[in-house]
Amino acid sequence: MRALLEADNTVVKIENAVVSYREDVALRGVSLEVKRGEFVGVIGPNGAGKTTLITLVNGLGKLVQGRVSVLGHSICKGSINGIRKRVGYVAQLQNIDPRMPISVEEVVMLGRYGQLGLFRRPHRTDQIIVAQMLELVGMSHLAKRPIGHLSGGEQQRVAIARALAQEPEMLLLDEPTASLDWKAQKEILELVKKIHETQNLTTMFVTHDLNALPDVCDRVVLMKGGRIWQQGKPEEMLEQDILSQLYDAPITTREHEGKKIFLKAG
Amino acid sequence: MDLSIFGYSFMQNAILAAVLGGVACATVGVFVVLMGMSFIGVCLAHAAFAGAVFGVLMGFNPLLGAFIFSLATAAIIGPLASKGELNLDTSIGVLFSLMLGLAFLFIGLMAIKSNPLSDVYSLLWGSILTVSRTNVILLGIVAAIVVGLVILFYKEIRAVVFNRDIALAVGIPAGLIVYGILFLTGSTITVSLSPIGGLLIFSLIINPAAAAYQLTYNLKIMFLLSAVFAIVSGLIGLLVSYLFNVPTGATIVVTSSLIFGLAVLFSPKRKIKRWQVTDEPSRVL
Repeated sequence: MRALLEADNTVVKIENAVVSYREDVALRGVSLEVKRGEFVGVIGPNGAGKTTLITLVNGLGKLVQGRVSVLGHSICKGSINGIRKRVGYVAQLQNIDPRMPISVEEVVMLGRYGQLGLFRRPHRTDQIIVAQMLELVGMSHLAKRPIGHLSGGEQQRVAIARALAQEPEMLLLDEPTASLDWKAQKEILELVKKIHETQNLTTMFVTHDLNALPDVCDRVVLMKGGRIWQQGKPEEMLEQDILSQLYDAPITTREHEGKKIFLKAG
Repeated sequence: MDLSIFGYSFMQNAILAAVLGGVACATVGVFVVLMGMSFIGVCLAHAAFAGAVFGVLMGFNPLLGAFIFSLATAAIIGPLASKGELNLDTSIGVLFSLMLGLAFLFIGLMAIKSNPLSDVYSLLWGSILTVSRTNVILLGIVAAIVVGLVILFYKEIRAVVFNRDIALAVGIPAGLIVYGILFLTGSTITVSLSPIGGLLIFSLIINPAAAAYQLTYNLKIMFLLSAVFAIVSGLIGLLVSYLFNVPTGATIVVTSSLIFGLAVLFSPKRKIKRWQVTDEPSRVL
């Protein structure tokens, strides 16, 4: 199985996945494949199942039915920790107590802990990796600060550095720009683009905000009502008729400085 | 001041119990405060108390009963929350009320059987001055296990207290670490039941750690400060209790509360604005 998956460069294979939380069905028979190095954007209205889909990949979501294989391994209780170590995950902005006794560089070091395993302390190489990731996201100057003292945008940069410190083979970004102001959103999107362009990491990026979808997407998956409604190239999918149907609201598109922006019409 | 009393073995046992119990309680207190589950101390203390009363009622060692009940409760809290899809807080609240009910039920049954209730009351209030050498040794063992495991799993604990989901996502067995933390909390409360008492142990878990939380942004220093505050509370409490002939458990808890009050008053974390303006974190430990 692993050999087959790796031969055709498939790093994620979700087959007929059903996920439910009590009586609410979050995913209704979803199938999806992601190839190595691909950047997949997942969009859709609130409650469409986007976050559930992405959490299936790192085993935080629980399958009721179906099958999920990631990086050549079928997700099960025995394999999940090993897979998580190889998949970086950035959730949406968390509420962090400003008094939390953990510094920025210590948070980034958390990304190394899974790789190190139990009973092993971080070494000099781990510290070098942490310093490099802080440099990459432009947070070196705040390395000693308590994490709770950073702004939302800065905390998300640190979260990305923490995910990259895992030296992952894949990156999952779940609404990383939600609750951020426009400047912070723009900076995070530029950072995500830079990371993809320089490292060619397989990336899945979930957002409900069409304007927060990075323009490096190779493919866009449109989700609605717990199903994949449509998927395809961004230039085909990000059309106002399709998006208006997806969000059940009239949406218009405009060109601004060579980039498509989306507006709620009416 | 006549301090010859400290030459007696019962007082030496009490000092050792205050120091060892303080270290164990202060260490698990750091988890409890950082993970925002303060109520767990009350819940496990009442479980241990119910177990101890059950032991007295059934005629076996109350310490054994306390161990079984508090560890069983600690083991049930997590699965009850996850299987029942409840908040951890709700799960703790349900078990707390059950344990309180069981403790009263067992006390009622003891009254029907005309058992003496003095043993039970001493578990409720604690009696550090009559603590046995065996209890001191048990406290020492539990304190050593708690501190040893914190050193051994420090990085995993740091990840879990920061954010359990992130710990899981980077490949740390976060569930196992949380259950370990609950187990250590249950063990610590059980062995501290006799010297400190079921009603007061909760304060000795929360207050020193909450005071340390006010003073530092460094987790290692928080563990150290918490232990120092708990030991100081224990020793000052003992001294005040001896000098004024008042209950020791109460003086220990009042002292730890005073330390917490002072920490809040002088907390550098309340002066965040000044730091943000000057960009100098050096005044904070």
